[in-house]
Amino acid sequence: MKPKFGVVVFPGSNCDHDAYYVVSKIFNCKTNFLWHKESDLQESDVIILPGGFSYGDYLRSGSIARFSPIMNSVIEFADKGGIVLGICNGFQILLEAELLPGVMLKNKSLQFVCEDVYLTTHNYKTVFTNNILQNDVLKIPIAHGEGNYFADKQTIEKLENNNQILFKYSSKDGKLNTEYNPNGSILNIAGITNEQGNILGMMPHPERCCDPLLGKTDGTKIFNSIINTFNN
Amino acid sequence: MYKAKVIVKRKPSILDPQGTAVEKGAENLGLTNIKDTRIGKYIEFSINVKNEEEAKNEVEKYCSKLLANPIMEDFVYQLEEINEA
Repeated sequence: MKPKFGVVVFPGSNCDHDAYYVVSKIFNCKTNFLWHKESDLQESDVIILPGGFSYGDYLRSGSIARFSPIMNSVIEFADKGGIVLGICNGFQILLEAELLPGVMLKNKSLQFVCEDVYLTTHNYKTVFTNNILQNDVLKIPIAHGEGNYFADKQTIEKLENNNQILFKYSSKDGKLNTEYNPNGSILNIAGITNEQGNILGMMPHPERCCDPLLGKTDGTKIFNSIINTFNN
Repeated sequence: MYKAKVIVKRKPSILDPQGTAVEKGAENLGLTNIKDTRIGKYIEFSINVKNEEEAKNEVEKYCSKLLANPIMEDFVYQLEEINEA
């Protein structure tokens, strides 16, 4: 069985169509857009909170989107174990909604960064990573001004002990140090899950590197992992 | 009716790269004595309630749930009663 996807659309989302295109056209999954004012998730099996600048990033990124009517349904869905993928602004919204711990600060450089980065995977046993080969370094683009992940010491320890840190920024061959950290995030964190492992927030954009026409396809490994979960 | 004036500040433990960058501007202005620049937010609004207790409850909920993110920010506020015109 292939999962049915729901892509939430907030005012200011701008990666919603990319996400829709990838899951519906590249992976041939049934997909619906879910307008932020609605509360019906239309029987989606997987919810994507796409990238963009919801509500113009006013106040703090994701802070206003978090109170959209659709988010109550998303929180309820996630609490029941539903799979939620937040990409970039979607990650920021998950943090503001407290579905994931921590906050995003402005990039250390104060600059908006838009480039390909390399990611190492640190837990292969999740619904988001089961299709990634051990030691495979993923090449996925980022595009954000506030991706500097921050959380207090206890939270970071908890994330590490529970294997909730899924992706870290690295060199092309998987080396981890600050040189390869594009935004200043703690421990080079690029993506984390909740304790149960059904919610992933990541700053890199896997939906931007799935179509072979675009020259990069490492994003497919993440979507394939999700789809695999429903096949097994 | 009450008027609230809220200041949202980053917690001392949180880096403020924006403050650091602005301070570079101060240096360029020749203001070499300026230190520890931190940038916060000032927000004001009115609250249509009858007594101060209710006003406080509203402000604190607004601040802690939306205006400030308690992980990285603190807030302080002032309340004053205003006469309805």
